Amino acid sequence: MLAKRLIPCLDVKDGRVVKGINFVGLRDAGDPVEIARRYNEQGADELTFLDITATHEGRDLILPIIEAVAAQVFIPLTVGGGVREVADVRRLLNAGADKVSFNSAAVARPELIREASDKYGSQCIVVAIDAKDNGLGGWNVFTHGGRKDTGLDAVAWAQTMQAQGAGEILLTSMDRDGTRAGFNVPLTRAVSDAVDVPVIASGGVGNLQHLVDGIRLGGADAVLAASIFHDGQHSIGEAKAFMRDAGIAVRL
Amino acid sequence: MSTVLVLDYGMGNLRSVAQAVQEAAKGSDVRVEVGHDPDQVRAADRIVLPGQGAMRDCMAHFAQSGAREAVLSAVTAGKPLMGVCVGMQMLLEHSEEQDTPGLGLLPGRVRRFQLAGRYQADGSRFKVPQMGWNRVDLAAGHLGHPMWAGIPGGAYFYFVHSYYAAPSRPEDVAATTDYGGAFACALARDNIFATQFHPEKSAELGLRLYRNFLTWNPQGASP
Repeated sequence: MLAKRLIPCLDVKDGRVVKGINFVGLRDAGDPVEIARRYNEQGADELTFLDITATHEGRDLILPIIEAVAAQVFIPLTVGGGVREVADVRRLLNAGADKVSFNSAAVARPELIREASDKYGSQCIVVAIDAKDNGLGGWNVFTHGGRKDTGLDAVAWAQTMQAQGAGEILLTSMDRDGTRAGFNVPLTRAVSDAVDVPVIASGGVGNLQHLVDGIRLGGADAVLAASIFHDGQHSIGEAKAFMRDAGIAVRL
Repeated sequence: MSTVLVLDYGMGNLRSVAQAVQEAAKGSDVRVEVGHDPDQVRAADRIVLPGQGAMRDCMAHFAQSGAREAVLSAVTAGKPLMGVCVGMQMLLEHSEEQDTPGLGLLPGRVRRFQLAGRYQADGSRFKVPQMGWNRVDLAAGHLGHPMWAGIPGGAYFYFVHSYYAAPSRPEDVAATTDYGGAFACALARDNIFATQFHPEKSAELGLRLYRNFLTWNPQGASP
């Protein structure tokens, strides 16, 4: 059967991979190519690069990184962060990315997802949704790094994005991101049950059981984590062995 | 010295295929070219036909590139051809995707997954596209195929697709994968070999498959 995916996420700022807590106290985490190679060797199923560069000018610095990684690491690469227009998709695909992730730009203009997927195929268009508990039993979509409440319902928004041609949903719980308290399971379950495209759970992984919970309880097709791998707390191999021992189909 | 041509006819991301073939050719005397010029096609010893995106766009771009007739002649002449993803689907007669005719090099059709509302063995929903790593079970009749050298049965390869090949001749099926039922994930006939999965995104075993292609000499192939 189709294996559940484990995806390490690498934050990139001004051309370097960094790590930090809530984007504060960023430290250099090492050479992106070297990290990507290590994760690939450990059995990562895909790699996601999130460009957290604040300036438009600095964004092009991720292209050489993607080029260098794609020339040496032969697993799928997703790039997100600051993707604004269809032309960005072409540039990133040309650099060697396999999938491109939209976030705020999709909220600003939902037809962008239709245009991008018509041109390049749904398989390479990911929509990232940052969701926060609205205190009313649901979750609202936030943009601009979690600072702006759009008022949109996250579950309905995921369905809208699927209808526009998104091939995958990258779902992050803003409430859990950086807390190490585990995925927001009800949110993950609600979105995963509402769409036909794959859902990647993100935000809050603090231990290996959380990865299992995201799939088992949340119904996610893939789980994404950053700090537990960057900090050397666990290797990808350990995480996948743990998932396998919990009865989840993984590629080992 | 031999030449492999990765056909670039303007569809999607062919760069990753070219890079993987380049990696596979390292240390060999195979030269990797990327392009769509008919002369390039004629001069090449082997051809890789990638494809990504919508089938109708792929077929249209392929025809517009001017490479179509040269590729068909090359295949008829016995040159090894490797189709990947939509590049595999294009080899069949017809696709349900936008009701698109294919090249008809292999009899059969391309169908869409009909999995809405169905659940996998672990209780999770079937999603379309099938996206991720799935097991490739080699067909009994093709276990000795040179393209499968060094590839163990049941190994994981990376898939991204909503449509799958349904070839008319069972003997053309080189491998199957289970996603709501078994489907043909690799086809083989004479000098044609094709995969639905993406070897260029399937880590070491994917590179092995491309390496096998670079040394594959099916009967009737030019030297």
